[in-house]
Amino acid sequence: MDDEVLIAQDLKKHFVIGYESLMNRRPITVKAVDGVSFRVRRGETLGLVGESGSGKSTIAYMTVGMVQPSGGTLLFRGQDLFANGLKRALPLRKEIQIVFQDPGSSLNPRRTIQQILELPLRIHAPGKDLGQEVVRLLDLVDLPPEYMHKYPQMLSGGEKQIVAIARALATNPSLVILDEPTSALDVSVQGKIINLLIRLQREFDLTYLFITHDLSLMRNVASRVAIMYLGRICEVADAAEFFQFPQHPYTQMLLSSIPVVSEAEEAVKPKKIISTGEIPSPVNLPKGCSFHTRCPQVMDICKHVDPILVGTSAGHTARCHLFEQPVEVTAQGWPT
Amino acid sequence: MSLSAPPRLLEVKDLSVHFKVYSGVLKVLDGVTFSVDAGEKVGLVGETGCGKTTTMKAILRILPIPPAVVPRGEILFQGEDLLRMRPDQMRQVRGPGISMVFQDPTASLNPVFTIGEQLGPVIRYSAPENRGLSRRQIRQKALIPLQDVALADPERLLDAYPIQLSGGMRQRVCIGMALATNPELLIADEPGTSLDVTIQDQVIRLLGELVERKRTSVILITHSLGVVREMTDRVYVMYAGNMVEVAPTRRLFANPLHPYTRGLMEAVPKLTGGGMAMGIPGRLPSYQHPPSGCRFHTRCPHVMPVCRREKPPFFQAEAGHQAACFLYSPEAERHRNEAQA
Repeated sequence: MDDEVLIAQDLKKHFVIGYESLMNRRPITVKAVDGVSFRVRRGETLGLVGESGSGKSTIAYMTVGMVQPSGGTLLFRGQDLFANGLKRALPLRKEIQIVFQDPGSSLNPRRTIQQILELPLRIHAPGKDLGQEVVRLLDLVDLPPEYMHKYPQMLSGGEKQIVAIARALATNPSLVILDEPTSALDVSVQGKIINLLIRLQREFDLTYLFITHDLSLMRNVASRVAIMYLGRICEVADAAEFFQFPQHPYTQMLLSSIPVVSEAEEAVKPKKIISTGEIPSPVNLPKGCSFHTRCPQVMDICKHVDPILVGTSAGHTARCHLFEQPVEVTAQGWPT
Repeated sequence: MSLSAPPRLLEVKDLSVHFKVYSGVLKVLDGVTFSVDAGEKVGLVGETGCGKTTTMKAILRILPIPPAVVPRGEILFQGEDLLRMRPDQMRQVRGPGISMVFQDPTASLNPVFTIGEQLGPVIRYSAPENRGLSRRQIRQKALIPLQDVALADPERLLDAYPIQLSGGMRQRVCIGMALATNPELLIADEPGTSLDVTIQDQVIRLLGELVERKRTSVILITHSLGVVREMTDRVYVMYAGNMVEVAPTRRLFANPLHPYTRGLMEAVPKLTGGGMAMGIPGRLPSYQHPPSGCRFHTRCPHVMPVCRREKPPFFQAEAGHQAACFLYSPEAERHRNEAQA
């Protein structure tokens, strides 16, 4: 059990976005995350992949303690992260850090790089020589020490993101959440950031929860991949297995939609599945399996009964009726 | 040009665009030359800030002047120079001649008018015979572009506001609107970038089918090499306001020549795995003080002395495949020797 750094059990976050009417105060909710369970093992990179609105960022925000779950538990090394609500003990906060998507807005434009890097040190490592620590952090991410006197807007997008990574490492965390760390950057700098992250992971024995919508990127960094669709995880597997034998129809659609740049990649994509339909609104989720409105292999049962995550092979699970025991409809209707 | 050859649909020659700002002059486009034939699907690829959108805005003459200035160049559309046209002539070109789909459909649709109210004028001014039509007739005609882009229940959509539609639907509306005028040339600026992968796939596929059916020429601007590979016949690669390579799409992906194109191809994460390349070192140069000679020489792994002195012209490598790089010059050997000396 020591091996599992983060365990989510039936994690839920429902945002109240309004009420049905003045008289009827029944809340209207967005089920951003709706019963998600996963485990992150020490030293691995779990890739959390999904389209916009699938709830991947909400999971990130819950893990760092910005958002309180509506249900379920989130355990960090066996400790409940929400035992005291959003109030989290300092040593626990120090262990979990995050790198956000857009470094242009996650770094304060009125602070120098030195001030930005000092803040987490002041809170989590009082008594240390701040100047020396800042130089060490910059050196860690291969930035020259002169950079500490610059302001974020004097740096390129890639360099800003590198500063954000250095800031996340300032507290010496064990789990780092990477929320689309390269999607605001050009491809030519993406590689540099990713390789830096991989090097730091090895050096400091870091565990990554890597959130992205880019499956090609996941192929190159993740050790395991979890696919999310509308607040649910629909498939989890080890990366190699996942890309070789994608099981869930949504995963197959996602993989076959990726525009690739070579014949070799074309060959590893599942055969062309024409992507159809719109992503349903998370306010008004379809009954049964939430993917049934777009699924090319939809069956009658999918429209009535929500599938559960079932194992399809070692370490590989999918949430789809195709992999469950067949269920018969009875006179009372579909079993629930 | 010989008289027998018909003029190209669009021919941009030596186009330069500068921006005069407080701190000086930004030399953004520096002698951009390219062409589009009738019925052709051309891709324009490059990273953020390389001048793709500036080029397209210059063609449609929707650049803000000032601060922009066009010190030299020609933009020949069906043989006529758009840069010399009067504003009223230019209005005749926009729409029936050239129309555009922008990156962010949310920003390009007006939030306070219904789809019908925005589509109506497009239909009315797309052809002279539509000018006198009644509102009801225009409404009837407005259904066609919405059906073209495979939107369900177009009747209801005409009365919907953009906010009531999803991102994918909005972009379909924009594509329908751009093609409603039956343009000769469609400029699509990152049409799928703001959408999810599966929705992007739908939109790009739909766009491809529509232009095929209507025989519209397309310039597809994007930073995604994958989208270009799936959709276009020929590709131009742009870096820091210069065209650096042009080739038929298949050939470019099979054998990229320019060091920048190669770096870009290597940097794209591959679905086959194998780790990530380091990408291209350095960053886009400043447009205020662009590097001398080849603008890529500050980041190029094969830089030679000549690259710092002279701006490379296009060198022909194979039929239709050209690269603006001295490595492909007939005198490449001499340049290399100079480097070693």
